[in-house]
Amino acid sequence: MSRLSDAFPRGRTALVCYVMAGDPSLASTEELLLAIDGAGADVIELGLPFSDPIADGPTLQASATRSLKHGGSVASALSVARKLRGKLRAPVVTMGYMNPIESMGLRGFAAALRDAGIAGCIVPDLPLEEAAPLREELDAAGVDLVPLVAPTTPMERAAAIAKLARGFVYTVSVTGVTGARTEFPPDLAARLRELRAISSLPVAVGFGIARPVQAAALRGLVDGIVVGSALVAAHHEGGVAKATELVRGLKAALQ
Amino acid sequence: MKEMLPLFSWDPGPFPDARGRFGAYGGRFVPETLIPALDELAAAWRSARADTAYRDELATLLRDYAGRPTPLLAAKRLAEACEVRAKVFLKREDLLHTGAHKLNNTLGQALLARRMGKKRVIAETGAGQHGVATATVCALLGLECIVYMGAEDVRRQAPNVSRMGLLGAEVRPVEAGSRTLKDAMNEAIRDWVTNVRTTYYCIGSAAGPHPYPLIVRELQRIIGEEIASQLPRLPDAVVACIGGGSNAIGAFHRFVPEKKVALFGVEAAGRGLDSGQHGASLSRGRPGILHGSRSYLLQTDDGQVVEAHSISAGLDYPGVGPELSMLRDDGRIEVLSATDDEALQAFRLLSRSEGILCALESAHAIAALRKLPAALREDREATVVVNLSGRGDKDLATILAAIGGAS
Repeated sequence: MSRLSDAFPRGRTALVCYVMAGDPSLASTEELLLAIDGAGADVIELGLPFSDPIADGPTLQASATRSLKHGGSVASALSVARKLRGKLRAPVVTMGYMNPIESMGLRGFAAALRDAGIAGCIVPDLPLEEAAPLREELDAAGVDLVPLVAPTTPMERAAAIAKLARGFVYTVSVTGVTGARTEFPPDLAARLRELRAISSLPVAVGFGIARPVQAAALRGLVDGIVVGSALVAAHHEGGVAKATELVRGLKAALQ
Repeated sequence: MKEMLPLFSWDPGPFPDARGRFGAYGGRFVPETLIPALDELAAAWRSARADTAYRDELATLLRDYAGRPTPLLAAKRLAEACEVRAKVFLKREDLLHTGAHKLNNTLGQALLARRMGKKRVIAETGAGQHGVATATVCALLGLECIVYMGAEDVRRQAPNVSRMGLLGAEVRPVEAGSRTLKDAMNEAIRDWVTNVRTTYYCIGSAAGPHPYPLIVRELQRIIGEEIASQLPRLPDAVVACIGGGSNAIGAFHRFVPEKKVALFGVEAAGRGLDSGQHGASLSRGRPGILHGSRSYLLQTDDGQVVEAHSISAGLDYPGVGPELSMLRDDGRIEVLSATDDEALQAFRLLSRSEGILCALESAHAIAALRKLPAALREDREATVVVNLSGRGDKDLATILAAIGGAS
């Protein structure tokens, strides 16, 4: 268990909130992080912009493009986290693709996360078979490599993934890319029950969760829910106020 | 029949290994959702490759439908025009049905899709040749076909867009990023992640996550096999253009163990290697991860993928296949490049000397004839084979615009 695991207390469903670093500016990201932390986010996922985000739907693609257009990068994203170190109640995990990480060097990346006070790291294009080198560097730096489990993952493989997980297990709700949806697969609840049974770490579910009513439906079925595209869209359309309002609504639905 | 098509007839060598690695390159860097599908694909490929019925059906289609073997043409006037004393041969993949080598791969993959019970096929395309080849085999086998194509490529390769439509495929223009092949591939991967249970993703280049670089190479390897069987002895050099690299690895692979055969890959130098506007990932990139595998990649210092440029849509790609990346590091292939202008000159030279309008991709390989080592060029006893990967009909508008309508 770790600081990140502790952010998912037993008996309730935690709220994981995604923010794309540098969309549209580092100053706005700083303001947004402080606001959603205050509004009740239990874990903050900090998006690292990448030019070719193959696991992301249109909302997060557009967000990454805006970030890169305004000079966003992995380094600048981490500079925001470093600046806010000690000022956020919620632990921060990064969410970013493998190429910029390799480009920085695995050891350098792990050290940069540690220095920024970041608790964990999610890499959507790094499956189990390719993960060992990065996980070793992150372990040495005391940062959790959070793996993903998909609806297509056989349970035996999910168990192998959970065994090597750090922090929590991130379950993808549907086959597909990130983005708001109105429906989940009918077997999602059963799937979450199975995954919680095989994992000694908390299980969070993400992809498609956008509204408080969906959060309420998942309350108690899982240790955490991740809200990404809906929050990015709210911030893009209505600024910090609208994003904070969504976080409060989601939080209330989980109580 | 089976003797004529030596596909699958010999040990393909040690690469990739069980993890899909070509030395430091390759692998599987994709969302977890796709891993079980890639395992399923690898198993289906192993089973198909071992199945005489699959091999015979593919061999028959390659002969009767695609038109294999393609001729090997002695190009004397081209050699003279390029001041090459060595004997120059053109491997006429441009004469294959649909006008490029791409059909070798799509026939094999579409038969595999049908074997796997997948009725929906998706593909990415740059120049449109792979899209047309996929649409063609889907029509032949009665499969649904959706092709992702960058909006910029939709504009500059209009004839191929029309062809795909006539063949019953749906072309989906991609507006993201540079609106070229890279972005089309991103979107195809997103479609596959979403529809993975029902959909077969037919990748057109020897790139992407394992087992694609293996499957595409095995299906394109027939180019080099035929070259070897059509010459009285091994050639001294084989020349091919490199975008993602499927025609190059297909032409080269037979000769990789034959150390006396020099292999020249020709990248797109676009507006010049120092202009920052090119597609020369092996010459000017560094190792990185794009579209599911590690390979040479054009990228910024902080790991963002750079947009490539080439007058040829098929070479307008910032990555390259993992096997060619390994062969580059091993020094087994020599990497050359040709600019947009050099490719246009080569196109005109080939048109006038041999009466062949080639694809702008292939024109890069022709342009490299002038850049071969002097000892090879001057050697009257030497044999140089250029893989003429495609024909130029699709490029006429681009070429006429570039040369101002002049002849």
